[in-house]
Amino acid sequence: MNERKIRVLVGKPGLDGHDRGAKTIAAVLRDHGMEVIYTGLHQTPDMIAETALQEDVDVVGLSILSGAHMTLFPRVKEALVKRGMGHVLLTGGGIISKEDMATLEQVGYAKLFGPGTPTEDIATWIQAEMQRRWAREEAQR
Amino acid sequence: MSETRTKSARASDPRALWEEALKKGELREANFTTLSGADLKPLYGPEDAPIDPARDLGYPGQFPFTRGVHPTMYRGRLWTMRQFAGFGSARQTNERFKFLLEHGQTGLSTAFDFPTLMGYDSDHERSLGEVGQVGVAISSLADMQTLFDGIPMGEVSTSMTINGPAPIMLGFYIAAGESQGVDPKKLRGTIQNDILKEYQAQHAWLVPCEPALRMITDVFAHCARHVPQFNTVSISGYHIREAGSTAAQELAFTLANGMEYVRRGVAIGLDVDQFAPRLSFFFDAHLDFFEEVAKFRAARRIWARKMREVFGAKDPRSWMLRFHTQTAGVSLTAQQPENNIVRTALEAFSAVLGGTQSLHTNSMDETLALPTEKSVKIALRTQQIIAEEAEVAHVVDPLAGSYFVEAQTNRLEQEAERYFAEIEKRGGVVAATEAGYIQREIHRSALAYQLAVERGQKKVVGVNTYVEDLDAHPEIELLRIDPAVEKEQHERLATLRKKRDAQKAKGALDAIHDACKSQDNLLERFIAAAHAGCTLGEIADVLRAEFGEYEEPKIL
Repeated sequence: MNERKIRVLVGKPGLDGHDRGAKTIAAVLRDHGMEVIYTGLHQTPDMIAETALQEDVDVVGLSILSGAHMTLFPRVKEALVKRGMGHVLLTGGGIISKEDMATLEQVGYAKLFGPGTPTEDIATWIQAEMQRRWAREEAQR
Repeated sequence: MSETRTKSARASDPRALWEEALKKGELREANFTTLSGADLKPLYGPEDAPIDPARDLGYPGQFPFTRGVHPTMYRGRLWTMRQFAGFGSARQTNERFKFLLEHGQTGLSTAFDFPTLMGYDSDHERSLGEVGQVGVAISSLADMQTLFDGIPMGEVSTSMTINGPAPIMLGFYIAAGESQGVDPKKLRGTIQNDILKEYQAQHAWLVPCEPALRMITDVFAHCARHVPQFNTVSISGYHIREAGSTAAQELAFTLANGMEYVRRGVAIGLDVDQFAPRLSFFFDAHLDFFEEVAKFRAARRIWARKMREVFGAKDPRSWMLRFHTQTAGVSLTAQQPENNIVRTALEAFSAVLGGTQSLHTNSMDETLALPTEKSVKIALRTQQIIAEEAEVAHVVDPLAGSYFVEAQTNRLEQEAERYFAEIEKRGGVVAATEAGYIQREIHRSALAYQLAVERGQKKVVGVNTYVEDLDAHPEIELLRIDPAVEKEQHERLATLRKKRDAQKAKGALDAIHDACKSQDNLLERFIAAAHAGCTLGEIADVLRAEFGEYEEPKIL
């Protein structure tokens, strides 16, 4: 098992001000030993990608409750790729229908979480996913 | 006293007997708490609820209004059934408004989309993907006119949930009324216009605290003279609670914000009785039935006392806390969404027994998307069943005198007083907000509740108990916003900018710029700018350039 600290950016794309979920997740991930950077509210895709680059994160998790995810989520992915950050583990949550989740998974979101998901599940999923990625990198070396 | 005599005395004491039996009984939990985590006793008696009825309760319509603000309460008139609505274009929301009025709704309530709430036009680059998504897009007077097309603005009462750009939107509303030939003196309704809770909880702001507060007092001053039937602010606990606060925090922070607005109005030289009667409130009705009823009662009592004793208001209307209630959006679950109908009914019932003046009941599908017509109708019918079938609206403040409810009312008042003292110590509500104190308190409560749910200490049906396989559940029909709305709005704005008198529009924006630097009333300038065809974003840009933008404190 890799002892590296997982670095996570919790981002709030768009104009919606609902940050209860984002802040809760940020606090829980921190309690699970991760380094968490929270972007604050009202971020454009470029702002999020820029912070991800500056902070050299492993994971970007977006929280959105505005209905604009189909516009903003793919743009965050593009902005990350543009900065050479296409490899980060992309995830998120909010008011996102199942069909939209399926579409977003096709553009590079590893997994999206809906309302009522235990935060514990999200933390353990990120840990498992990062361990798997790091093990693969290790094996390729 | 001998051992045997004590025993026999105890044996004949019903309380001792009960306590004995309670100790022996098997209990479901080690501790029982309210939804907000306050400890609960198994039984409440007179010793738990020390009240002086004349001092602490009074009569309905009389100080301190614990029992309600009207002498007749719902015997005179039922609460206003006011469903919050807004999505897509002004045309679409106009249709939804008419649908609701046809089905017996008695007041309108407007939800705006995020660009509008943040003071951006629909064609601004930051509006991309958000136009019409969670509310209606209103970028100009023309949009406002379409929103009220065929609805007589002199006859309906309209609530508008907007804060940062609220004074601009009120300018559009007054101007739209004028274009229907309605005297502003006849306009009735409420503009939320509560910026402090935006910094604290809901986060749709425009400019920093001080200039934002100045615009709010401009609204007080203008409306006191020219729009006297309009509630100039709806001091809102709703968003504070939805962001995760406890009931006591909702109560305390809301009333602390309210007192700050009063101070600011007085500071610009208004007589408190000139504007205080038009201050209104807005609370959450969450699932803890008794705690919520107590919260509403405590709110009225605290406000009356503060207004009379601290601010020296003499007009009884200044003492009255009138409020709107919305059932708790956060209590709804995406799992087994039909259960939300029941949650909403319970919450609505607490608002009614708590003496609300108007009520919005949430629709069952709101954790998934904006509500469909069918689910909105069920939500409205829920209120109508409480009002018409259950016979509960005939007696004023029916829970008064319940040891438990009075004890909770006292507790919440005391907890609020403790917060008032703490906020005072931190230099007042603006300083406490700018330092992130209030946001941090809310965040802590939100986190504590989330962890309590995950540990199973707080139960949520369908989420951590009585869970069903999600995939086995039939999907409910969802309302989707047509992306064409965004394009249409772009075209409407382009046409407006081409057709208006450019000179006149520029003059109106310059006048706003000048008023920012002087003491001139900004709302007057916004009304003139609306008539001149200036857009929301153009006006907001002047304010942003002049006053700067708000920067949120880091609290994590």
